[in-house]
Amino acid sequence: MDLFTGKRILTVTQFTNLVSGILEENFDHVWIEGEVSNLSTPTSGHIYFTLKDANAQVRAVIFRASARILKFKITDGMQLIARGRVSVFAPRGEYQLITEYVEPKGIGALQLSFLQLKERLHKEGLFSEARKKPVPRLPQRVGIVTSPTGAAIHDILHVLDRRFSNIHLLLNPVRVQGEGAAAEIASAIRDFNRYGKVDVIIVGRGGGSIEDLWAFNEEVVARAIAESKIPLISAVGHEVDITISDLAADLRAPTPSAAAELVIATKAELSEKLTTQLFRLNRVINLILRESRGEVLALCKGLRDPSSLIDTLYQKNDYLLERLNASITKQTDLRGQKLALLLGRLSAVNPQKLVFTYGALVQSLYLRQGRAATNLMERFKKSVMMKSTALDNLSPLATLARGYSMAFRISDGRLIRDSSQITSGDHIGVQFAHGKAQCIVEQTTSD
Amino acid sequence: MAEKFETSLAKLEDVVNRLESGELTLDEALKAFEEGVKHAAICNKKLHEAEKKIEILLKHKDGTFHTEPFNPSE
Repeated sequence: MDLFTGKRILTVTQFTNLVSGILEENFDHVWIEGEVSNLSTPTSGHIYFTLKDANAQVRAVIFRASARILKFKITDGMQLIARGRVSVFAPRGEYQLITEYVEPKGIGALQLSFLQLKERLHKEGLFSEARKKPVPRLPQRVGIVTSPTGAAIHDILHVLDRRFSNIHLLLNPVRVQGEGAAAEIASAIRDFNRYGKVDVIIVGRGGGSIEDLWAFNEEVVARAIAESKIPLISAVGHEVDITISDLAADLRAPTPSAAAELVIATKAELSEKLTTQLFRLNRVINLILRESRGEVLALCKGLRDPSSLIDTLYQKNDYLLERLNASITKQTDLRGQKLALLLGRLSAVNPQKLVFTYGALVQSLYLRQGRAATNLMERFKKSVMMKSTALDNLSPLATLARGYSMAFRISDGRLIRDSSQITSGDHIGVQFAHGKAQCIVEQTTSD
Repeated sequence: MAEKFETSLAKLEDVVNRLESGELTLDEALKAFEEGVKHAAICNKKLHEAEKKIEILLKHKDGTFHTEPFNPSE
């Protein structure tokens, strides 16, 4: 559409829309610096003001959301650097700067370049937490990039002396201000990375004006810091302003002294940690030993000293004996009584008398028995003698002895009492008192 | 170098935790204690082995480096 032919008549709204389209499209991200005037802060939370310089002015607004995160208070007359976009407010036919970010102005162009670099590097992710390396907790060698003649190195040495630390310092001397300082600082950081024998690098200088510190806001330094493989602490002695180095470094210290203290403080802290652990270790082992000893003692108590056990047994024994004696005595008393009773009864029976009585009885019986036995023997003897006399009288042998003899048949040994039992010619035997004879019968006769 | 300190300290801490758990026999406890003392000695050595030295790093034209004692009063 040709806006400038004049052939086409626009309404105010159309015109305003065209203008706002062009403005908003081309000024969506501008940095403007100027003096604050007509400041108004209504209860809505928005901030309205005018930015002006000697020849012009522009209306500006900071909406509540942005206003809330402002770190400082805007006042009339303050020099401000504002970033925002242009917007046309149609109902009033005015354009204004919708301000998203403001900073109190430092030194104009430098500050602006700082802000722009900061934003560029930030967008690139150079300052992101993810990039930051942990600073070693026990650096043995510390590389320092600073001036050999400045306050920074003296402050660092003073801290080290004060803390009796054994840290090995390696200074890479650079100019920290003026033309070429930034390049020197950047190359010193790279040198340390090539040299490689340090655990941490401190980059910094003492305090000064923003111009003095400017080397630490240069992109070349920021890049060198970001590329460093060795953890790096930025220590630019200016506590109000933050430098690009501070943002790019793994750790920021407000001053070189503070950086030295950070490095050595961790050593002291580690030393303390070690001491704490050792203390715990000793305490717990002592506790364990004490407990074990207690257990052993308790067990020993359970076991007891054998001699004491014997004593105890003796004691027990004594006690039992005592009881036994007591009981025996008691028993004895009882039995004694019983015994006495029995003895009484016994003596009542008079055993002595009984013994005599029986003794006498036995004696007389013995005598009688003796006599009886003697008589009996006499009678037996007599009867035996009579019987054996009778027996002798009957015996054939006695007859034979008187001269008689007996005849008997040889054949069957039968005594011959009658001559009829034999005939002549029979063989017979004759028995004498001593010896026999065999005879032949010649003749028999009957009487 | 620095890692070794950290490792030893972590091991020492682990030993102490195990001991404090009270779940070790006396023999195990004594072994653990010895181990702890060993780690503590390593930590202590690491803590004190660095020497106090201040030097200046100088670069030759050929890109190599050497160090010289640094006298801050210069």
